[in-house]
Amino acid sequence: MADLLTKFDVLGAFWMTIVLTFFAAIGSLVIGTVVAIMRVSPVAIARTLGAGYVNTVRNTPLTLIIVFCNLGLYVNLGVKLANPASQSFIIDNNIRLGILGLSVYHAAFVCEALRSGINTVPPGQAEAARSVGLTFSQNLRYVVLPQAFRGAITPLGNTLIALTKNTTVVSAIGVAEASYVMASMIEFRPDVLTLVFLIFALGFVILTLPMGLLITWMSRRLAVKR
Amino acid sequence: MSAETILFDAPGPTARRRHAAIAVLAGLVTLALLAGVLKKLGDKGNLTAEKWSPFLRADTWTEYLIQGIVGTLTAAAISIALAGVLGLLLGMGRLSHNTPLRRFSSVFVEFFRAVPVLLMMIFSFNLYALYHVFPPEQLALAGVVTGLTLYNGAVVAELLRAGVGSLPSGQREAGLSIGLTPVQTLRAILLPQALTAMLPAIVGQLVVVLKDSALGSIITYVELLFQGQTLGTARANTIPSFIVTAMIFITINYLLTVFAGRIERGLRQRGHTSGTTPTVPGEAPLLPMPPGVRGIG
Repeated sequence: MADLLTKFDVLGAFWMTIVLTFFAAIGSLVIGTVVAIMRVSPVAIARTLGAGYVNTVRNTPLTLIIVFCNLGLYVNLGVKLANPASQSFIIDNNIRLGILGLSVYHAAFVCEALRSGINTVPPGQAEAARSVGLTFSQNLRYVVLPQAFRGAITPLGNTLIALTKNTTVVSAIGVAEASYVMASMIEFRPDVLTLVFLIFALGFVILTLPMGLLITWMSRRLAVKR
Repeated sequence: MSAETILFDAPGPTARRRHAAIAVLAGLVTLALLAGVLKKLGDKGNLTAEKWSPFLRADTWTEYLIQGIVGTLTAAAISIALAGVLGLLLGMGRLSHNTPLRRFSSVFVEFFRAVPVLLMMIFSFNLYALYHVFPPEQLALAGVVTGLTLYNGAVVAELLRAGVGSLPSGQREAGLSIGLTPVQTLRAILLPQALTAMLPAIVGQLVVVLKDSALGSIITYVELLFQGQTLGTARANTIPSFIVTAMIFITINYLLTVFAGRIERGLRQRGHTSGTTPTVPGEAPLLPMPPGVRGIG
């Protein structure tokens, strides 16, 4: 087992998984919040666009989005997200395209999580905000969204856990994260197949289990007392 | 007025003008973005007739896309059937009074929910190849089905547990008080109601299975995405192939979501189960939520 771990960069693979998760989480939170605001806004066209985004992305396989980011955006359309002159251009570009794909996909679920969070806010809160003369954006900024984020911890956390696991899909475009390294390890050492799988499975349990516990703790801690 | 207007006042003349201005602006920005994308696509020659005309030819469909759709649907159908059986067993195990059985089921469910489906697919694919469990042409399908079954079985088990948990405690007490054993109560009274209550969620899970079957393309299973990519290479029309493939996926999944919503509404009207979430009168939620908001995979 020790020679396996020295010969293959298992820790590096999981570090890549964490990096992908971190940046895609930020990206999807930003896009998802914007789409959620669009979906509850007074402007009908914004609501339609938001709903269209969510329904399209949610029904598309993540694998398709990720592969499209490489073959479609980069190979066909020439979209470059890294400096083409740099030595590690292909690696950097694929990582960033992967983060882009992950963000776009998970934003749809962040949006729905936030909307369910908005639903945990009692209508009286929004009515009170309106009756003291707050506009829609003030209402969202000062009254509804702060409570909605706290009420949406559980679905947002579930999205984060799903995102962590879904980073494995980025191996489809050759980013050396956990599943990519696992596949190459299996290729070279098929004799220790089960051990290799258990190492990586354990890695994901170690990553996602504390997340789940933290989410449960945070959702209880941050829940708005009513 | 819809429930959504709780978040903002009914617009007066000024607000209506402002909203109209924002709508026009948003529309213009969207159109500009769309035009930019189309221009970019056009510059690389993706909008020419010869890139799109293959989709009018029968052999494109018979040799590539139909095979892909069949592959996707086969893997999804086998997986959801097996996952249903596995989920039922695991769910019952988690609800059992037998401590070792309950612990085993819990660990099994938690483990397979935490491990990415792709890892399970790669592992089982290689495992079957190593021990010659399946004939070579069935290997990829077996890998895909194993991965999807283990993960979704764990999810269905959790859904079932949540469904039984949502039933009023009187149901179980009534079963026990007329002399049924705990297992009989679970089988004859709780599970039928829980299954009915969770049916929309389970149909919603089908969307997840269908989307995740696209992971099979990574272990060379011939499904829709795989065939779409092959087609894109064969006809030198990568982007049009991606767009058509995505549209097929979206259509199938959208129909499934609509179907799940219809089941949910039907159940609510018939009321054959006491397991649906009760609604508190007078406390309408801020937003009307569409049924079936799930499917992250």
